[in-house]
Amino acid sequence: MSRWLDFDRRLREVDEDIQKLERLLAAPSISEERRSQVRAQIAEIRQREEQIVREVFSHLTAWDNVLLARHADRPYTLDYIGAIFDDFVELHGDRRFGDDPAIVAGLAPLEGRTIAVVGHQKGRDVKERQFRNFGSARPEGYRKARRVMRLAERLGYPVVSFVDTPAAESRLEAEERGIANAIAENMLVMSSLATPIVAVIVGEGGSGGAIGTAVADHVMMLEHAIYSVIPPESCAVILEAFGRDPKRGPEAAEALRLSAQRTLELGAVDEVIPEPPGGAHRDPGGAAERVKKAIIKAIQRLESIPTETLVTARYAKIRNLRHYEEQ
Amino acid sequence: MSQHRPTDNRSGAEAVPEGLWTKCRQCGNMLYQPEVSDDLYVCRHCGHHSRLTARQRIAITADEGSFREHDSAMRTSDPLDFPGYLEKLREDEAQIGLRDALVWGECTIDGIPVSFAAMDFSFRGGSMGAVVGEKFVRAAEHSIERRIPLLVFACSGGARMQEGIVSLLQMAKTTAAVGQMGRAAVPFIVVYTDPLTAGVFASFASVADIVIAEQQSLVGFAGPRVIERAFKIKLPPGSHTAEFQFEHGMVDIVVSRRELQPLLVRILRLVSPRREADAE
Ligand SMILES: [Zn+2]
Repeated sequence: MSRWLDFDRRLREVDEDIQKLERLLAAPSISEERRSQVRAQIAEIRQREEQIVREVFSHLTAWDNVLLARHADRPYTLDYIGAIFDDFVELHGDRRFGDDPAIVAGLAPLEGRTIAVVGHQKGRDVKERQFRNFGSARPEGYRKARRVMRLAERLGYPVVSFVDTPAAESRLEAEERGIANAIAENMLVMSSLATPIVAVIVGEGGSGGAIGTAVADHVMMLEHAIYSVIPPESCAVILEAFGRDPKRGPEAAEALRLSAQRTLELGAVDEVIPEPPGGAHRDPGGAAERVKKAIIKAIQRLESIPTETLVTARYAKIRNLRHYEEQ
Repeated sequence: MSQHRPTDNRSGAEAVPEGLWTKCRQCGNMLYQPEVSDDLYVCRHCGHHSRLTARQRIAITADEGSFREHDSAMRTSDPLDFPGYLEKLREDEAQIGLRDALVWGECTIDGIPVSFAAMDFSFRGGSMGAVVGEKFVRAAEHSIERRIPLLVFACSGGARMQEGIVSLLQMAKTTAAVGQMGRAAVPFIVVYTDPLTAGVFASFASVADIVIAEQQSLVGFAGPRVIERAFKIKLPPGSHTAEFQFEHGMVDIVVSRRELQPLLVRILRLVSPRREADAE
């Protein structure tokens, strides 16, 4: 963990140095000679910054990706929604029991068309984290998402799903209200929904909680997001191979192949969206710009396919995963 | 997600070396081995239902000699090259005589043809990886082709961790196949047996047309011990059982194993359109 704290601290120091110098530049009393000196200094520091980023990102481990995906400053679903769409009308409630703030859903305009948006939402500070249940959705969240996706199907809107959850809520109340059924019903509906679906794993794609909103025609993930069947720490606790030791999570992360590239190669996602240098949290606007371009490109392609063909192809993609042998 | 490790419960009761007697896991009474299978592996003294292997399940459910297994040779390709995984698989293969945690084929039950699958908890905790997912889908496709019901006995600790993201994808794959059955109008019946949790409970097992559960089976999204450990809470007694899921509307019928077979026959008679045609 200290590797990232150290990395973030170094970069923050560099950022502060640059800000100080920029303030100096803005001062009216500064001489022309001093001004060019300061400019040279800034350029030099920026170079140092790039070097730090390059150094660290040239040999990222799977565990680094886990920590980046969970980084407290990483943009969340509502950050992406705010940056990508000019408007967002949020819709609430599952029409059965309640409203789950761990999943947001609503309608948004995108280049002249209406999009139905769903996504897990984490919280930024202590209070919001609790309100959002750390992005762990309850059955109501999945059912709200399903309701809005059905609405999209009826009205002919494409669906965009942002995925960012450590796991689905698993405590007793979620069990009583059928969390397993809520996730399964979502996958069932999404596997045949008669409208284009694009999913973007922007942070943590945590097991059933993630795939419950990630069945799509085109599944993308950000370069440092993770998509995993189990948190690597839990995997290390359960398996003898890691001595049942949670501290061996980094090894489990490696064994689980938690990198976007490997996830792509295994057929779990269709595209990896590169992040700005240093990760999405270093440049949330830049990250959102890349996500927006990728979403538009995917939707334009999917919209040109007749719905029946689209749904057939979606099923074929899910069904034809081959990771077995027959002798 | 696979939190439940198999116990040494393979033969349906605790093994007592070389004897004709085994000991009930629940009440500790001795059971006379030749009677155990006649009793459907249910304790004569306390009614405890022992876990069944896939083979035992087939033996007590399918009409005698009617089961034809498909895809018995299918093996995982170990897509992640996961440390120690192949060795564990070979151990289970040698001990259990299966290549993965699900056996499927076609059989008749009281003369009614069904596409049939049984999961085996003794094989890697009944966890679902690429092979379980593919076999389930083939069983579903077989029921669509032949226009016969699909009957699945589900017990599982969840997704197969050692297949990583590939195992997670099986949740979508199997659930999507259930959607295909729905469109083809072939019925899908699932029986929850002890224990059923996580990735299998939260995928195809939750979207069957008819859900039956064997009494007192552990059934839950997360295992109760896992939750108690993770959230440092104490769960009320009886949570995460077949009865609890029934009470909350997730299960159609909870039955003892003794009542199960006649119930299945009644249901299959109702949902098998072919039977009428065959009877003519
Ligand atoms: Zn007993």
